[in-house]
Amino acid sequence: MAEGENKGLVLLDFWVSPFGQRCRIALAEKGVEYEYREENLRDKSPLLLKSNPVHKKIPVLIDHGMPVCESLNIVQYIDEKWPDRAPLLPANPYARAQARFWADLVEKKVHPPSAFHLFVSCAAPGEAHFLRKFTYCIRFQMYESGTKLWKLKGEAQEEAKKEFIEIFKLLEGELGDKKYFGGETFGLVDIALVPFTAWFYSYEACANLSTEKEAPKLVSWAKRCRERESVSKSLPDPLKVYEFVCFLKKVYGIE
Amino acid sequence: MDQPPSSVKLLGSWADSHTHRVQLALKLKGLEFEYQEEDFINPSPALLLHNPVYKKVPALLHGGRSIVESVVILQYIDETWTDNPIMPADPFERAVIRFWCHFTDDKLAPAVGLVFSSSGEGQKAAVDQVHENLKLLERELKDGAFKGRRFFGGDKIGLLDIVLGCGSYWLAVFEEVMEVKLIDPESFPVFHAWLRDFEEQQEVKETIPAIDRLLEYARGIRQMMLSLSNSSSSSINNAAASSG
Repeated sequence: MAEGENKGLVLLDFWVSPFGQRCRIALAEKGVEYEYREENLRDKSPLLLKSNPVHKKIPVLIDHGMPVCESLNIVQYIDEKWPDRAPLLPANPYARAQARFWADLVEKKVHPPSAFHLFVSCAAPGEAHFLRKFTYCIRFQMYESGTKLWKLKGEAQEEAKKEFIEIFKLLEGELGDKKYFGGETFGLVDIALVPFTAWFYSYEACANLSTEKEAPKLVSWAKRCRERESVSKSLPDPLKVYEFVCFLKKVYGIE
Repeated sequence: MDQPPSSVKLLGSWADSHTHRVQLALKLKGLEFEYQEEDFINPSPALLLHNPVYKKVPALLHGGRSIVESVVILQYIDETWTDNPIMPADPFERAVIRFWCHFTDDKLAPAVGLVFSSSGEGQKAAVDQVHENLKLLERELKDGAFKGRRFFGGDKIGLLDIVLGCGSYWLAVFEEVMEVKLIDPESFPVFHAWLRDFEEQQEVKETIPAIDRLLEYARGIRQMMLSLSNSSSSSINNAAASSG
């Protein structure tokens, strides 16, 4: 048995992953202690491969040796495991259905896992199959509006920008004048979306897209979320994210 | 909690597996509901009103409000009418069920769809992908999280049975229409046995359309998809070239 397998709560994660950050925020909201383990996505640990044999991806929450995979699944697990504090889903079935719908929309439309993980777990720089895999992702419904903004150029990037703005307008419509997506209570939809706000700076720098201009309500919402300790401690500095994006662009020869 | 039965209405399409999921769940809960057939190509004003984001079936209308996305609807049904639960109570077991529901919709279903919409080498690769996905489910049924169970939900049909089962009939349909081997009982004995058992359940028989209708429907759609895929693959190649 690998070291640390039965040790309380362990989160296998990667520092810049918005999906991992969702889990960190949920655990912090519940005030639950856990061990954070940084994975090298180019050299995945035996524990990660054993805990998520189907997808081999982070994040994975291992609870006394039992693995839970996929970020929104993990967040719901955390909510159900510690129901006595900081509820992340409302009590009413209709409100819960709305929360699940919008969290699922964020998952499908803002920055789908396959694109991100594809990008970070690609083996060596300049691999020819990268572009084939990337095209596969665009074709089979995996719109990666955010990722496309800094990966693409010219007309393709303009298309991506347009798509990005449409999705954010949709989300602003749902947010309205509420404090959070769930109303007064910070919850599942906020947790699903807020990690991507650390990428706003990168989208602006790479694609000349001003989120202040195009999605002012979301920008204000993001600031309110950052006032919560669970969020401010879990999200990276946007400048560090931008450094990471620049590194990836260099590695893959984009621009 | 009891709700007046006549307050439930489902907008769906007869050949849509996501609609079948909701119909089956409502039947398993013993709920009466009104059904409105929607045309896939021309959504009604009601559907556009109740599902403005995706404009698709199914949409469940209850108490003057709408719920969309089949897995969201199933959980709503389970949490509103709490008799005969379709989700387990334990948080870890619930997480396992949600994981495999997501796998079904994110990996298996698209691969099955690709078998249907492609040809030649592309189709062969898609068939291999379906087999890879079925192997994972077979392993889970045989030795993993669902070992020894009659259904994924235990002794009774649960949420994952509904999600996986309503759609798995396409495997047999596509086998015949496409002349490919997708769900060979020798390669996937446990999955095959589960599917046969699922399809024998009374509520399932009342929900899934007759195989002849599905075959005819699939043949028609296949023609349409082939012509679409020929025109879209050239535009994908153009997009790839301009983004490279």
